[in-house]
Amino acid sequence: MPKVTFIKVDGEKIEADAKVGNTVMEVAKELDLPMLAACGGALACATCHVVVDEDWYEKTGEVCEDEEDLLDTAHDLTPTSRLCCQIKVTDDIDGLVVKLTPMS
Amino acid sequence: MTKQSTHATDVAIIGAGPVGLFSVFQCGMLKMSTQVIDALPATGGQCTALYPEKPIFDIPAAPNVSAAELIERLEEQIKPFNPVFHLDQQVVSLERQKQGWQLSTSNGTTVNAKAVIIAAGAGAFGPNKPPLANIEHYENKSVHYLVQNREQFRDQRIVIAGGGDSAVDWALALADIAAKTYVVHRRDRFRALPESVAQMRALADQGKIELVIPYQLASLEGEGDQLNAVNIKTLEGEERRLEADHLLSFFGLVNKLGPINNWGLDVHNGVINVEPTTCATNIEGIFAVGDIASYPHKLKLILSGFAEVAQAAHAAFKFVKPDEALHFEHSTSSGVPSL
Repeated sequence: MPKVTFIKVDGEKIEADAKVGNTVMEVAKELDLPMLAACGGALACATCHVVVDEDWYEKTGEVCEDEEDLLDTAHDLTPTSRLCCQIKVTDDIDGLVVKLTPMS
Repeated sequence: MTKQSTHATDVAIIGAGPVGLFSVFQCGMLKMSTQVIDALPATGGQCTALYPEKPIFDIPAAPNVSAAELIERLEEQIKPFNPVFHLDQQVVSLERQKQGWQLSTSNGTTVNAKAVIIAAGAGAFGPNKPPLANIEHYENKSVHYLVQNREQFRDQRIVIAGGGDSAVDWALALADIAAKTYVVHRRDRFRALPESVAQMRALADQGKIELVIPYQLASLEGEGDQLNAVNIKTLEGEERRLEADHLLSFFGLVNKLGPINNWGLDVHNGVINVEPTTCATNIEGIFAVGDIASYPHKLKLILSGFAEVAQAAHAAFKFVKPDEALHFEHSTSSGVPSL
């Protein structure tokens, strides 16, 4: 099963098994990590904003226009910012590392 | 509603989204009166504020209904129960009384209720404030989330932040009267009417607006509540300083639990843990339903919220009418009050 590592705001690292077909947001919620993900993956908010490790960014796939529009409303963006409800778990992202952002 | 007013009801409902509205129905069927409070100026919650035109496919017996239409139909369904709405105001405090609860809102409205149903979704809608140090010191005087008086920006240096309709429309409306107008956005694409964006770019070509792209807000400089400069940075961290008297921050709306966090409820990651068969919270007489209610295997569906409301209304009955028998009846037998 692919593994995903989450780095919390305080630096703590949590490695988790991620089921193919889930989104990275669902993996984080399953682990009860501090993330609002308020809209539940409906592309209606930006509260699952994560910073993808640079080495992994390309592998997380295309950013659709709706996601870009919502990223416009996020703060402290980086060149590898994503909404993790839009990152699908596949075998290609086995080893993915993402940093959580502060819960607003 | 008139300000500073005091009201009494059987059940106070916090949140006028679909689940809050249906709470009126379920309480009404048990002959409990209701008053509904919501931070937004209109009913419907996220359905109205975020995705009114989006279709919903998983409402039983409504194969395809837009979010706006769902709210319209719920309004029609609850009309016989004459709900009282207190809109455009947030519940700021919830205090236990000898009997029941007293809710106070940001408008000074007071509602006394025998039971409370919290249907607040992801929290009350408010401006999505950038997380800048000390930003609250400048709010109202130099930092603005909406414009009430265009004239206050005459001959002032303003920074408009954001990439949506509000940012573009206010850039167009203020460029003529402001001494200097910056528009700070993280990318060279705006989510606004193409004609407006074209107008803004034309003004930028004439030097009436300076588009500062790709930048985001980094920090504020000023004295007291008076802003002197807005520091911005690129996504890569390259910094720039814009001398300015005002920041107009337009990042849309965001949900915040806000005061709900302070009421002693069992809140975790933005949701309230409840006992799933009654939706009772850890505080007697207070129930939570819909997206804000959490229990093992919870599904954040409008559908689940509707069912939770029925459970909560029946469980709330004993707090509202402690001396009356709770008689279970189908709506086909009891009917609904005629208008």
